[in-house]
Amino acid sequence: MARIIVVTSGKGGVGKTTTSAAIAMGLAKKGHKTAVIDFDVGLRNLDLILGCERRVVYDFINVINGEASLNQALIRDKNCNLLYILPASQTRDKDALTHEGVGKVLDELSKDFQYIVCDSPAGIEKGANLALYFADDAFVVTNPEISSVRDSDRMLGILSSKSRRAERNEEPIKEYLLLTRYDADRVRLGEMLSLEDVQEILSLELLGIIPESKSVLSASNAGIPVILDEKSEAGQAYADVVARYLGETLPHRFIDGKQGFLRRLFGGRK
Amino acid sequence: MLNTSPILEFKSSTFFSPILILYTNDLVAIEHTLHEKINLAPDFFKDSPLIIDLRELNKLNLDLDFAQITQLLKRIGFFPVGIRGGNEQQNKQARALSLPIDTVRELGNPIIIGEAQKQESIQQPPAQPEVAIVKESVQPAAIPPVPAASVLVTQPIRSGQRIYSSGDLIILSQVSAGAEIMAEGNIHVYNTLRGRALAGVHGNTAARIFCFDLQAELISIAGDYKTSEDLNKQTYNNPVQVYLQNHALIIKEIA
Repeated sequence: MARIIVVTSGKGGVGKTTTSAAIAMGLAKKGHKTAVIDFDVGLRNLDLILGCERRVVYDFINVINGEASLNQALIRDKNCNLLYILPASQTRDKDALTHEGVGKVLDELSKDFQYIVCDSPAGIEKGANLALYFADDAFVVTNPEISSVRDSDRMLGILSSKSRRAERNEEPIKEYLLLTRYDADRVRLGEMLSLEDVQEILSLELLGIIPESKSVLSASNAGIPVILDEKSEAGQAYADVVARYLGETLPHRFIDGKQGFLRRLFGGRK
Repeated sequence: MLNTSPILEFKSSTFFSPILILYTNDLVAIEHTLHEKINLAPDFFKDSPLIIDLRELNKLNLDLDFAQITQLLKRIGFFPVGIRGGNEQQNKQARALSLPIDTVRELGNPIIIGEAQKQESIQQPPAQPEVAIVKESVQPAAIPPVPAASVLVTQPIRSGQRIYSSGDLIILSQVSAGAEIMAEGNIHVYNTLRGRALAGVHGNTAARIFCFDLQAELISIAGDYKTSEDLNKQTYNNPVQVYLQNHALIIKEIA
């Protein structure tokens, strides 16, 4: 049975698609057959971030409507042959998504795949609800910024009540915090919420801190998930996230930001 | 001529009364069941006003001799003070007996737990199908209070969630900004309260709010409220209680 992960946030623009692409690639690179699905009907961008936008023939809605088989719609990634992408429709609207339809597709994927990453759209409407409905794990992507934290908090409430697990009174979705666009210098200056500030409100298990990084834009321009850019801090942070999710214990490397040579020499931390 | 002393005055007030919902027109069964209920809490029902709810009866098209039921109730010791949900004929009979009709307006909000619109009825499920007595909140000074069930929540209350208790509400985890907690009785938050807390929502001015860290967006007791702006930030991180005194909310540190 596949493990279904939803990457959600509530707030838009915090890094859900970047995270979905990076995590899915990370899991596939570790040898697990992974599918990543774009639930943002009408505003699809997972295919752009993963560089397969020129190979989209059929999409998620086509499969739900029976117009194409799953095999016809899934796109195999060129950088890792264990990663498959199911793009969203760009021309339909989200009403075409149905519980039964999504459920069927996930059931079929579960037969062959070990991980299914659901890239949720922003908001708390149908697309977001369907993306989280069947999930086993939730990566709640949050920026260290008050509206993002408030929206993530709202999303946590929804995760605990609108998921299938909640409806069936099963073990609840396992929730993880992914703190993205973290700038340690600004936190030190008191300009940005710190991890503690965010956790005071959200109180979630921290899966990782992804530092603000120019490499994210470069990666999305190139159509390659940032986790493959081994020099970038964001890429390394995502690699840590995947390792932690799979059970390794790793320190959070980017929480203190760049340490100058002299600072390291003289041991100052703050 | 100058009027120095007023002759009379109208004041708006909330008044509590049990509502008797009838599911049958069998007077014998009703009397029997009423006696049983009274024996469970005799003081509660002593000299009790009563509003008779006829909606269920009318749904089943059962006829009720209104004069007889009011006589029965008076005999047992109730004071019928009104009816609701009556049809035209019943309303006419009520007027003839000097009983106001449809006096009760629904107070309070439906109980919403989390996101699911699970509407838990404020009424108790009837033990027997004939007679149901709805316990409304009772002012503690006048009658010995019959405690309604307390609601205990251990998980954090997230933004957007609403919790309602017809008794006391006890929360062991934090209440996020954007969440709403409401109780007809007292509210206890043994953690940080950042959302909205409304105690005594049916008019119980003796209700209190207790919390370990008051950072609420809004606190209210029986309708009198204060927003975050009016709260002294010095109370943050300190255990406090909030109570009502002459329509003013007093916030006092718990030693």
